[in-house]
Amino acid sequence: MAPTLQARNSPLDSSDEQLKLLAATKSCSPFHAKMEQAGLAPLHGTGISVFQINVGKLCNQTCRHCHVDAGPDRKEQMARDTAELCIKALATTGIPTVDITGGAPELNPNFRWLVEQSRALGRHVIDRCNLTVLLVPSQEDLPEFLARHQVEMIASLPYFRPAQTDAQRGEGVFDKSVHALQELNKVGYGADGSGLILNLVYNPVGAFLPPTQEAMEAQFKRELATRYGVTFNHLYTITNMPISRFLEFLVESGNYEGYMQRLANAFNPAAAAGVMCRYTLSVGWDGTLYDCDFNQMLDLPVDFGAPRHIRDFDAAQLHTRRIVIGNHCYGCTAGAGSSCGGATY
Amino acid sequence: MDTYYHPHDLGKFADMGKGNKNLWDKFMSYYTAVFAEAALTEREKALIALGVAHAVQCPYCIDAYSQACLEKGSNTEEMTEAVHVACAIRGGASLVHGVQMRNVVEKLSM
Repeated sequence: MAPTLQARNSPLDSSDEQLKLLAATKSCSPFHAKMEQAGLAPLHGTGISVFQINVGKLCNQTCRHCHVDAGPDRKEQMARDTAELCIKALATTGIPTVDITGGAPELNPNFRWLVEQSRALGRHVIDRCNLTVLLVPSQEDLPEFLARHQVEMIASLPYFRPAQTDAQRGEGVFDKSVHALQELNKVGYGADGSGLILNLVYNPVGAFLPPTQEAMEAQFKRELATRYGVTFNHLYTITNMPISRFLEFLVESGNYEGYMQRLANAFNPAAAAGVMCRYTLSVGWDGTLYDCDFNQMLDLPVDFGAPRHIRDFDAAQLHTRRIVIGNHCYGCTAGAGSSCGGATY
Repeated sequence: MDTYYHPHDLGKFADMGKGNKNLWDKFMSYYTAVFAEAALTEREKALIALGVAHAVQCPYCIDAYSQACLEKGSNTEEMTEAVHVACAIRGGASLVHGVQMRNVVEKLSM
């Protein structure tokens, strides 16, 4: 398993270094200029419908494209008092969806508490799962727990073949992921009429844009059912963001400028108008508030007068806050668009 | 090192419209229609294009359709097979002309 950027003391462990590199991009115009041309600047929120909680950077994998630089050596973990502040804030709102992510969020000792509390408030809960965590010995009862609380699973599987998946996520990850999917299927996930939603996430294994979501979903369904008997509901195609470990890959492989040009050339104003930051609030492991998980990893908290910590949560101020943007945002506006819920257009 | 083909020249393809815009527009309209999803999927068409790109040995087309195949969801195994199809047809086209050779030899020989 490859070490994280942090463990390797890579310069790109620093968000300042990443932002400097992104700001110096030669192959595309600044993102804010593109948004101005499209009549979308300044970009404002449209009302929060997704309360996304990133519970920390601990993960049992170190995927090569990870925008979090997550891994087994990471120590950042949301503590119970911060989790309690999240639930307290959530309770003051009617935000319908709680989206729990990481790292591998299930490894946080407060994960199950957050699920239970969010469900008790009547909210729909999403778990962003790397699949292999379901096979970790301490997590054997996880599929039953998730099913009992009707948690929607959004699980990463970049391709339906072992070579591509393992190239991105680590040796042997594909086989383990398929095993985990079969375990989820056993408790009813992905089965018609079960009410247990299992969605998969495709992201390109390299410096190219994702395919059409519908076409890829059909291919995934056919391949996974035929080869492994796995069923699921929907496939979300997500573009790799030019930050963190994927940024390192782009730079080291000589693809950085070409990839940024590709993203910028594919800028889609309709996708830009529907970006997820407009309806998402992202909470960091320490309670800091961000417009999205990508801004979180670049240490770009909410700005323009919006409260910056969950302890100061104020829905009225946050719903239509002005969004912080940068050149990395080209990743969400290319082609059919990209969000935590897949294509946006 | 200087080369005859430069990858960045692909970006100048539209300059061909400067000589005759009418013909360029007609070509682009036809080209776009050809690659649209119809009886064949866009993914299948990109794989065919990749094979043809190798048959005609166009470096621009190889660059463009290698990327397009990945972006339509194809994998290296499928793309390699597409190139082998092109190779087989090119090789087969040479070999089948061996029949002409044999016809000539047969006619000339005792």
